[in-house]
Amino acid sequence: MKLTRRYRFSASHRLDVSALSPEENRRLFGKCNNPYGHGHDYVLDVTVEGAPDASGQIVARHALDALVGERILQRLDHKNLNTDVAELADGVPTTENLASAIREMLVPDWPLAARLARVRVAETDRNIFELEAS
Amino acid sequence: MLLTRKSEFSASHVCANPSLSDAENRALYGMASNPNGHGHNYVLEVTVEGETNPVTGMVFDLRELKQVIHEEVVDPMDHRFLNREVPPFDRMVPTTENIAIEIWRRLQRRIDRPDVNLRNVRLYETSDLYVDYGGES
Repeated sequence: MKLTRRYRFSASHRLDVSALSPEENRRLFGKCNNPYGHGHDYVLDVTVEGAPDASGQIVARHALDALVGERILQRLDHKNLNTDVAELADGVPTTENLASAIREMLVPDWPLAARLARVRVAETDRNIFELEAS
Repeated sequence: MLLTRKSEFSASHVCANPSLSDAENRALYGMASNPNGHGHNYVLEVTVEGETNPVTGMVFDLRELKQVIHEEVVDPMDHRFLNREVPPFDRMVPTTENIAIEIWRRLQRRIDRPDVNLRNVRLYETSDLYVDYGGES
């Protein structure tokens, strides 16, 4: 059985690869290459998988909320993804890379009995990125 | 081919185990343990799987699927207090997980047949929380 919980965070970013020329970056990333950056209201769906315990729950909601709050939302909400998040410092903060970073921020020392199954990040209603946890 | 039918029902519940103290229930279930109950607009997505019938062009008659979901889930649960009015939730905590399992149990016996199987029950408690159950133990 899987349980999916939805979270939200708002952050800014700029898509720019330093190895490429300004013209190449403009061509590759379009408006997302705007030098001053821009932002999104990201929607994060975290899916865990397991069997319900004696309480009838796969996971206690407050335990999952505390984990995602501490490891993800406090780190990303109202932040600049290019400058404020160490896990994204080495790459371009596309939502592909953001989803991978979120998974890597959750996996080590995962403290819950239910296993992490999936991370899904919507940059806007129209652009959604999803990856399995293992 | 997968076919999904969406339904809604609104119900109240309390998530608390009567054998535990109020403090223990609050630690387990948070605000959902309020003894007087609270409610949700549940959204149910029932997915069945089968081959498209070459004559009818359908996997499953949607009128029948709608009727089964209404008889087994919506009619007995809509505008009810699950703990008091809908067995087995008089003796089983109506978490979203347990409600999904009970819905699966009720629907599977009405839907499964040689060429069609119930594949997944997705139950949204709110737009920010849902469970998927596919019959696994």
